[in-house]
Amino acid sequence: MSEATRPTRLIVEAQTKPKMPRHIKLRHDAGRDAWLLLAPERVFSPDPIAVEVLKLCDGSRSVTDMAAQLARDFQAPEETIRADILEMLQDLADKGVVKS
Amino acid sequence: MNEMSTSSHAAELEASPICANAPVGMLAELTHRCPLQCPYCSNPVELERVNTELSTQAWCRVMKEAGELGILQVHLSGGEPTARKDLEEIVKAAVDAGLYTNLITAGVLLTKERLQRLADIGLDHVQLSIQDVDAENADRIGAYKGGSAKKREVAGWVKELDLALTINAPLHRQNIHNVEKIIDYAVEAGAQRLEIAHIQYYAWALKNRAALMPTEEDFMQTARIAKAAQERLKGILVIDFVVPDYYAKYPKPCMGGWGRGIMNVTPSGRVLPCHAAESLPGLTFDNVADRALRDIWLNGEAFNLYRGTDWMKEPCKSCARKEIDFGGCRCQALALTGDAANTDPACSLSENHANWAKVAREESHKPPPDFIYRRMGAKTP
Repeated sequence: MSEATRPTRLIVEAQTKPKMPRHIKLRHDAGRDAWLLLAPERVFSPDPIAVEVLKLCDGSRSVTDMAAQLARDFQAPEETIRADILEMLQDLADKGVVKS
Repeated sequence: MNEMSTSSHAAELEASPICANAPVGMLAELTHRCPLQCPYCSNPVELERVNTELSTQAWCRVMKEAGELGILQVHLSGGEPTARKDLEEIVKAAVDAGLYTNLITAGVLLTKERLQRLADIGLDHVQLSIQDVDAENADRIGAYKGGSAKKREVAGWVKELDLALTINAPLHRQNIHNVEKIIDYAVEAGAQRLEIAHIQYYAWALKNRAALMPTEEDFMQTARIAKAAQERLKGILVIDFVVPDYYAKYPKPCMGGWGRGIMNVTPSGRVLPCHAAESLPGLTFDNVADRALRDIWLNGEAFNLYRGTDWMKEPCKSCARKEIDFGGCRCQALALTGDAANTDPACSLSENHANWAKVAREESHKPPPDFIYRRMGAKTP
C-alpha cells in the first residue's frame, strides 16, 4: 500500500461533518437505563451531553451546524458549545467512534 | 466518557425484565475444531468433540436468551467458528436478539461469498488472528501452510465489505522481533484496532511455555514500541497491549472479575465464568440445555463461588486493589499454587511471584525447545 492511501487521523474542525461508522452503535439500554455506545470489543457509556452530540452526527451537519442546533435546544452560548464539542468530537474521533 | 463496567456483587443482582447488572459480553465457543495448531492455544487441554456440540437450534436459543438477559456483545469464537456450517443461522439469531456481533476467526476457512452473507445478515466486526507478518514463520507457528497469504486476502475482504476489523497478534519469543511490522500490517490492512497480546500461559500454552516465553528485556522493548505507536497512531488505530503475567507487577482482572462482566459458553453448552474455569476441580458447571442463561448468571454455583470479594484470603482481602484486579486469575492461582483462592502469582504481593518470575527468566534465556503441537484425537503429551 502506498503512503498516499494510508489512513490519516481526522482533525475535527468547524466545517467537519462527523458521522458514526456502521460498526459504531448508539442505543438506549432499557435494562441498565443508560445510553450505550457499542464499538469493537468495547462498550462506552457516553454522558448526556455526548449523547446529544452523537445523535447529531449524521454526516450532513457540520460542527458549526451542530453547535447552532444545541445552542437553540439548550439555550446556551453557541461559541462555548462549539469549542466544547470540537474537543469532544476530536476525542471521539481518536477513539474511532466518529469519522468524516 | 467512560468504558462500561458492571460494578456489583451478586447480592445486588435483582430480578427485573432485563437484568440491570447483566454481563456485558458472552464468549460463544461454537466449536473446538480448528485447522490451525497454535502452540499457545487457549482452549482447554481436553477438547470437546464434534458429537457433543450444541445444535443450531440450541445456539439460536442461547443468543435469544443472551439478548433478553441484557448481554451487549457476543464474541463468536472457537476453535474456529467458521468450521460450523450453520454459522449464518447463529449470527442471524444473535443479530435478531440485538447483540453486537464479533467473529473471532483465523480466516483460513472463509470464502468471500460466505463473508458477504455474514455481512448481509448484520455481522458487525471481525477479529482476525495472525501468527506473524513473516509468512513462513507464521505458517510454521500455526502449522498451516498458506495460512498467512489467505489471512491477507481475508483482511482485504473485511475492508471491502465495510466491516470493522481487529487484527489480533499473539506475541511470544518466536515473533517478538516483528512487533513494529505487525503494527504496520494492521495499519495497511485498514484495521480499526490491533490487539498485541503477549501469550497467557494457561491450558495448552503452559506446555509450550519454554518455547514461547520472551526475555524481560524483549518484553520491555515491545511495551515501549506499543506505547509510542499508540501515540503516533491516535485516530488511526486503537492498540490494545496485553502484558505477559510473568513480568507484571499486578495481576489482570481476569474476565473483568469473576462473574462480573463476561460469561463463556463451551461448544457443548457448559456455561463458565472464564474459558479456563474447567481446570478448577470440584466445580460443577450448568449447561444451557438444563437451565436458562439468566438463572445461571444470577444463581449458578460456579458464578457465585468467586464473585465479588468475600472469598478472598490475604493479601487480597485487605488490599486496596481488590476491586481493581479481583485477585487476578483463579485458574492460574490453582495451576501454580494449588489453591484457586490464593492470590494469582502474577501479583508481586504473592509469595509465589518471585519464584515464578525466576522460572520465566531462566526459560527465556535458554534456547527454545521445539513446539508441542496439538492434534485433535491425538494423545495428550
